[in-house]
Amino acid sequence: MNDHPDLSPVGRPARPAKGCGDAPVLHQRGQHEVFCGLTGIIWLHRKMQDAFFLVVGSRTCAHLLQSAAGVMIFAEPRFGTAILEEQDLAGLADAHEELDREVSRLLSRRPDIRQLFLVGSCPSEVIKLDLARAAERLTKVHAPHVRVLNYSGSGIETTFTQGEDACLAAMVPALPETNARQLLIAGALPDVVEDQMVGLLERMGIGPVRVLPAPRADGDLAVGSETVFALAQPFLGDTHAALVRRGARHIPAPFPFGEEGTTAWLRAIADEFGVDDATFEAVTAAPRARARKAVAAAAETLRDRSVFFFPDSQLELSLARFLTRECGMTALEVGMPYLNRQVIGAELDLIAEGPVLSEGQDVDRQLDRCRAAQPDLSVCGLGLANPLEAEGLTTKWAIELVFTPVHFYEQAGDLTALFARPIRRRDLLKLGVPSGGIEPPSVAPGLRPAATGEVAR
Amino acid sequence: MKLTVWTYEGPPHVGAMRVATGMRDLHYVLHAPQGDTYADLLFTMIERRNHRPPVTFTTFQARDLGSDTADLFKTCAREAYERYQPQAMIVGASCTAELIQDDPGGLAETMGLPVPVIPLELPSYSRKENFGADETFFQLVRHLARPVDRTDRVTCNILGPTGLGFRHRDDVEELTGMLSEIGVQVNVVAPMGASPVDLTRLGAAHFNVLLYPETAETAARHLERTLGQPYTKTVPIGVGATRDFIAEVQEITGLTGRPDESRLRLPWWSASVDSTYLTGKRVFIFGDATHVAAQARIARDEMGFEVVGMGCYNREFARPLRKLATEYGVEALITDDYLEVEQAIEALAPEMILGTQMERHIGKRLGIPCAVISAPVHVQDFPARYSPQVGFEGANVIFDTLVHPLVMGLEEHLLAMFREDFEFHDAAGPSHHGGHAPKPVAPAPAAQPAPADEGSIPSEAGAPDETAPTKPVVQPDGSIHWLPCAEKELKKIPFFVRGKARRNTEKFAAERGVAEISVDTLYEAKAHYAR
Ligand code: SF4
Ligand code: SF4
Repeated sequence: MNDHPDLSPVGRPARPAKGCGDAPVLHQRGQHEVFCGLTGIIWLHRKMQDAFFLVVGSRTCAHLLQSAAGVMIFAEPRFGTAILEEQDLAGLADAHEELDREVSRLLSRRPDIRQLFLVGSCPSEVIKLDLARAAERLTKVHAPHVRVLNYSGSGIETTFTQGEDACLAAMVPALPETNARQLLIAGALPDVVEDQMVGLLERMGIGPVRVLPAPRADGDLAVGSETVFALAQPFLGDTHAALVRRGARHIPAPFPFGEEGTTAWLRAIADEFGVDDATFEAVTAAPRARARKAVAAAAETLRDRSVFFFPDSQLELSLARFLTRECGMTALEVGMPYLNRQVIGAELDLIAEGPVLSEGQDVDRQLDRCRAAQPDLSVCGLGLANPLEAEGLTTKWAIELVFTPVHFYEQAGDLTALFARPIRRRDLLKLGVPSGGIEPPSVAPGLRPAATGEVAR
Repeated sequence: MKLTVWTYEGPPHVGAMRVATGMRDLHYVLHAPQGDTYADLLFTMIERRNHRPPVTFTTFQARDLGSDTADLFKTCAREAYERYQPQAMIVGASCTAELIQDDPGGLAETMGLPVPVIPLELPSYSRKENFGADETFFQLVRHLARPVDRTDRVTCNILGPTGLGFRHRDDVEELTGMLSEIGVQVNVVAPMGASPVDLTRLGAAHFNVLLYPETAETAARHLERTLGQPYTKTVPIGVGATRDFIAEVQEITGLTGRPDESRLRLPWWSASVDSTYLTGKRVFIFGDATHVAAQARIARDEMGFEVVGMGCYNREFARPLRKLATEYGVEALITDDYLEVEQAIEALAPEMILGTQMERHIGKRLGIPCAVISAPVHVQDFPARYSPQVGFEGANVIFDTLVHPLVMGLEEHLLAMFREDFEFHDAAGPSHHGGHAPKPVAPAPAAQPAPADEGSIPSEAGAPDETAPTKPVVQPDGSIHWLPCAEKELKKIPFFVRGKARRNTEKFAAERGVAEISVDTLYEAKAHYAR
């Protein structure tokens, strides 16, 4: 049987003497250095193979998608931006006509598309372009072949991973009704991870297991009052609410990161389905042992080091729980874009008191706190990573956590390694203080630095 | 409304960020939602900057709309000033803030900040990144540059280099060296490396070198008009252009210093026998107008290529590029739609593309080698080594850049001779590029015989035919078709010319009303197009 100190024999995690459930939260209201929800399209369009994501926005939105994606997925991607131009801003009726035209053109060129998402952006929200109405109208035109849905990925309403939440939440009302008892897992996971997850659940006799989003629109995904659901990602608050509105019931649990998180997540579901301890143990013992071994190997580097989270993917609390409980790290600050206790409460209870919890962001002030804290590892977005490295701090850029398979047992070692690698690199390189970066340019010869206010108004 | 997947240029405020980030002691307060902060990563990741761009985003949210976005802007501007103590500030709006009409310039005006605050009007729904950079730099120069005494020595300013520029870092270094060999000292380089105080001293230079018209032409014209500084019209990229540039500087200054040509290698590298294989290579050139114009001259006059098409994505320069294209006997393609560029390339079936990262991907799809000669940039465009484009060293770098993607000299013949050899087989691509074999493209359309029906030889997995760079020319009646023997013969032709051979043969057949292509048709076409 299991002798892991933090777990009871049946895989329920032991709570710390005092967790973070009641800890004060620092609310920050300054510059947010976080992507908007449009970014989710980068992974959602790979997951849903017959869907197209049409952003109705500006050149900025198109540029964001391109920059976040890199140019790696050049092969005609299943997303695009209908860029609003000056004419469109003049009269709204025109914008709808233009949209209809672009959609018809797109659908005739891409007969493989069965689901079309009209994705709202800041500009479309500000000019109050009614994409819900547009989606209704276009569904009528293109039914039954194509279903048109809409959601907002705008930066005035959503951060980074909330885009996926908004997308999944938009799909829920359109799902058919079912009275069958079933388990639904919400959250887009890489295929290999999803298969592992379903395999574990089915071996315990749990099923049928359905997954939102389904890879194709014509699957048998339905929802109803006999549906229980679990979230695979901690950023699915709206999806949670939408499923509850359809009568489904949530199984609250920590998230399946690391050996402990995965076990606790599976245990919560197993309890719901009345799986006995022996069965649970039989199914999970081997992968748990593997995961523990893999984590332990990579965690050598992390033990007794400190970590500081800037808000980014909304995975921060789950990862802080994993790094502190399974890898021996100390969390100094755990920043998150927003705090939804209903979804993430189970994680809060497991993290021992101590770290600063912060919600929202004021990036300059948070950088001050980070510099003062001098963490061994800072988890941050791409805009901050190199500048912090140049200041001598070691960073892990958070976007990799949403692009790489990191959930469940078999990826627990990879997850650990993602955090360990930057620290190992710092230990490996024998180069002294890194030179060659682009400094804020130094004073040109013959010119002296100006005192403040020297340039006349 | 226009459906776009990939864009050559970002929005205009990204151009303003390129100016601000290139400079020092300047701060940009940008009224924008949080997602717009993605632009920081362009500088910190792609360019590997070790500091954050000097930009404060107000990151207003939906709940702020209609209530206090204007206050939010003022708070941000004040805090940014207090924290960064810049010599001057620029303020403006991104696309979303443009719609809520808070007027950042007007708001900043009322704040009584102790430094110049320069408002930017960058129309997000009609203009793009290069305009944003050019306009921002112009506004800075207009507000800050003023008449000052000329320096005793002959000096110039170098105008145009910005953050995130294509090889700007090394171009400035090369150009500075070259100017000093002529006898000209550099007064100020701007925007890159300059502070607002430096901009007040622009007038001390005797003339301006307009290095990149895309980002500094308006400023250069303004300085000519207001401070009487002439500016250079030649961009010194390529051997001929560099020599012309030197002559132009000598003309302006009366100096006679001549930069050392002893390290210039391009002319002999082009003239040596191995380069015979370059002769007449059909190239298509696309990028920003300045780099395209320079590369066209290099391609034709300094490499011996044939320029079969050219174009640029920045409409501001459509007129000069169109004019230039006629000198090359081609029509300029002015578009910012990469699908149009792809169509043009597909139709022209060049043997090589000189383009941007976009064309590199188009080339990958079509199996055509591509050398990157222009922005938009990617992380590979910021190499660790010194690799300027301008001047004589720039010419050397460009020679290497253009030759690198090609199958080299004798290797071409070896490929033809040992087609079946495992190392030289077609799909392997140029031997010095491990993983760069052309990717299979979508199965070719109708005109290709279906192996099952015709009994022709099925193509090996991932091999020749699927990598054919062009699609067959489909006749209106769909009648052209390849006999199995001809199809087999076509596969014996090395992959890098197979696309052209297929296309020429089909064109030849179509012109003669030949419906079935036999081995004879193939060789008749070959003889017809022989040069
Ligand atoms: S923040 Fe708004 S305007 Fe900016 S990219 Fe995101 S949706 Fe577009
Ligand atoms: S190795 Fe390549 S470049 Fe050198 S001679 Fe042979 S074919 Fe030419």
